[in-house]
Amino acid sequence: MTFFSHLRKAAIATAFVLGATAVHADEQYFPLQSYRVGPYAAGGTGFFGGFIDYLNLINIRDGGVNGVKLTWSEGETQYEVEKGVEVYERLKSNPGIAAWNPLSVGIAYAMIDRITDDKVPLITINHGRTDTTDGRVFPYVFPLLLNPYSETSGIVNYIASKEGGLDKLKGKKIVVLYHGSPYGKETIPIYELLAQKYGFELSQIEVPHPGNEQQAQWLTIRREHPDYVVLRGWGVMNPVALKTAQKTGFPADHIVGNVWSNSEEDVIPAGDAAKGYTAITTQASGEQYPVVQEIVKTVYGAGKGNLEDKSRIGSVYHNLGIVNGILNVEAVRIAQAKFGNRTLTGDEVRWGFEHLKLDPARVEALGAKDLFHSINVSWYNHEGDGYVTFQQWDGKKWNVVSDWIAPDWKLLRPIIEKSSEAYAKEKGIKIRTAEDAEAVVSN
Amino acid sequence: MSYYDFLFVIEVLVGGLLSGVMYSLVAIGFVLIYKTSGVLNFAQGSMVLFAALTFVSLVERGIPFALSLLITFAVMVALGFTIERTVLRPLVNRSPMTLFMATLGLSYIIEGAAQLLWGTQVHGLDLGIDDTPFEVGGILISSFDLLAAGIAAAMVAGLSAFFSWTRIGLAFRAVADDQFAALAVGLRLPRIWGTVWTAAGFVALVAGLLWGARLGVQFSLSLIVLKALPVLVLGGFDSILGAIVGGLIIGASEKLAEVYLGPFVGGGIEGWFAYALALVVLLVRPSGLFGQKTVERV
Repeated sequence: MTFFSHLRKAAIATAFVLGATAVHADEQYFPLQSYRVGPYAAGGTGFFGGFIDYLNLINIRDGGVNGVKLTWSEGETQYEVEKGVEVYERLKSNPGIAAWNPLSVGIAYAMIDRITDDKVPLITINHGRTDTTDGRVFPYVFPLLLNPYSETSGIVNYIASKEGGLDKLKGKKIVVLYHGSPYGKETIPIYELLAQKYGFELSQIEVPHPGNEQQAQWLTIRREHPDYVVLRGWGVMNPVALKTAQKTGFPADHIVGNVWSNSEEDVIPAGDAAKGYTAITTQASGEQYPVVQEIVKTVYGAGKGNLEDKSRIGSVYHNLGIVNGILNVEAVRIAQAKFGNRTLTGDEVRWGFEHLKLDPARVEALGAKDLFHSINVSWYNHEGDGYVTFQQWDGKKWNVVSDWIAPDWKLLRPIIEKSSEAYAKEKGIKIRTAEDAEAVVSN
Repeated sequence: MSYYDFLFVIEVLVGGLLSGVMYSLVAIGFVLIYKTSGVLNFAQGSMVLFAALTFVSLVERGIPFALSLLITFAVMVALGFTIERTVLRPLVNRSPMTLFMATLGLSYIIEGAAQLLWGTQVHGLDLGIDDTPFEVGGILISSFDLLAAGIAAAMVAGLSAFFSWTRIGLAFRAVADDQFAALAVGLRLPRIWGTVWTAAGFVALVAGLLWGARLGVQFSLSLIVLKALPVLVLGGFDSILGAIVGGLIIGASEKLAEVYLGPFVGGGIEGWFAYALALVVLLVRPSGLFGQKTVERV
């Protein structure tokens, strides 16, 4: 990436901002709180690159969604909450906002009250507060595909499948190595609950932010002799964990990464120490999927691709951005079927998300077969029962090593409702009903 | 305490000491600048990032390892002289706080420039050093960390010899003792400062390569300054020996604290334990264990 390419991007972004302020009646606008510089820029450029690539594909190939052009503008957050809120304040007055997609737990937390007042959806694909799954309490927040509790359940189910069944977990020892942040600590209670339920021995060890030193933690792990280590990391913590595991003699193929420890950026810096490491994902990596091929041909072929480094096409974050694009666009399409092919209000798009049902046949029609499984969102369940799969790093690329696995949603739902109802009580929020969800603000 | 427990204590201690040497590598860069100009160079971490990112980007573009090393060193020399000429010289005789703030700003500029020039992608850095552990009497020791410790020791020995036995080294010491007296005897301060920033750039390059091989070359590399600061407080801002001893003490104590005190307070304490230890030393001995005591006439 060169200085001049940055200048070109800045000029294009400025043009989009200027263009967005003059949105026409047949345009739907996505404000993007992106992060292209700073410590998490690698993830940000991949995700927002994939998202923008998909929006571009829809515009170039289809002329928009049923004739409604998709527009967007970016504001740099550097993954910092205060900057994320500042970008929100700056962009929120643009007309025709479809949804917010900050890809940051901290920024999402800071926006919940604001977007609820605005009646505009907030999408936290694969992350966010677990209890926002409960659409009765959080009408505008959507932790699509995977919330942290489902992720935990999926990982435990995968380990069980390797051991020969859930009953074989009894007596096994699992260590969870988590990032010392609200994100990292989010799953502490659910791991404890699953340990009690399935009878495995559990130890949860914190790594202080940013995680560039883990000698003490891995020596402790070595002393405990666990059967598996679950890595719930973020950023630099992940490659350091893999390298330190190697230094202390723990095998990489017994480390299972969570959904924010599953990218190329997490394993490449670890070199050979990452070979055999396995991680959960909601979307497969690779360029072979028809929708990714179309993006390469149509968007990059037209010189409008968002990634400077084309070797990153099909990477984990890029594909996550593409899947996020599919979900956002399909929610708009579903809402248009009810409200008309025009610029929709945020509340109408919320209705679209609450009816976002993409079964495997529809996913295939969208060119995303095997890229992700399916989604089934309702007013009641804002996660949408996403399936997970597991991928293993062979030193050069990720390879899928499991079928699509369903987390134990029935087990998790009562815990989620307990938390969301406590939140509703604390905030004085009225619990929504199905009728409430059908009432839509259209102007 | 069983024999196994005893071995474990030793293992944690050895691991901590080796980590401490890595902290010292960064701290030495701070000491060099502070010793000769009285500036706490907060940009040292960014220089480590810049050096590592430049090196790895050159290697990835097919430039041979040795040539990449040479070019990166040349870039760091240019950076050092540019900083001296454009930032420090105009601010000469300003308060230490002004100079500190200047380096803080510089830190952000260097980080931004590094990403602007070389992009935001994370890179692996393979120095060809095997990182599989070997066992000595039941204790696992990292061969990489051991080699890093050797390199740090060689660098300290080299710097000590440089300061003791070369003309420019003696000039550095004269400037460190009394800038005005050094000026009075004809020493050219700008040239000395430029040279010392070059030396700090070289230290940043070595630290960048070793830390880059450990963490991967990514933006977070600049955060390793947070590991060097308690080392400096403990060892003294103007002592290379202090940086080494401080690094060893901080490394060993934070690891032992994490393993043995951490479980009682919920874990994850090593991030702040080093600062707590440094604070205690600061209260008892404000100039650090090896720092020069400042005596002022009142």
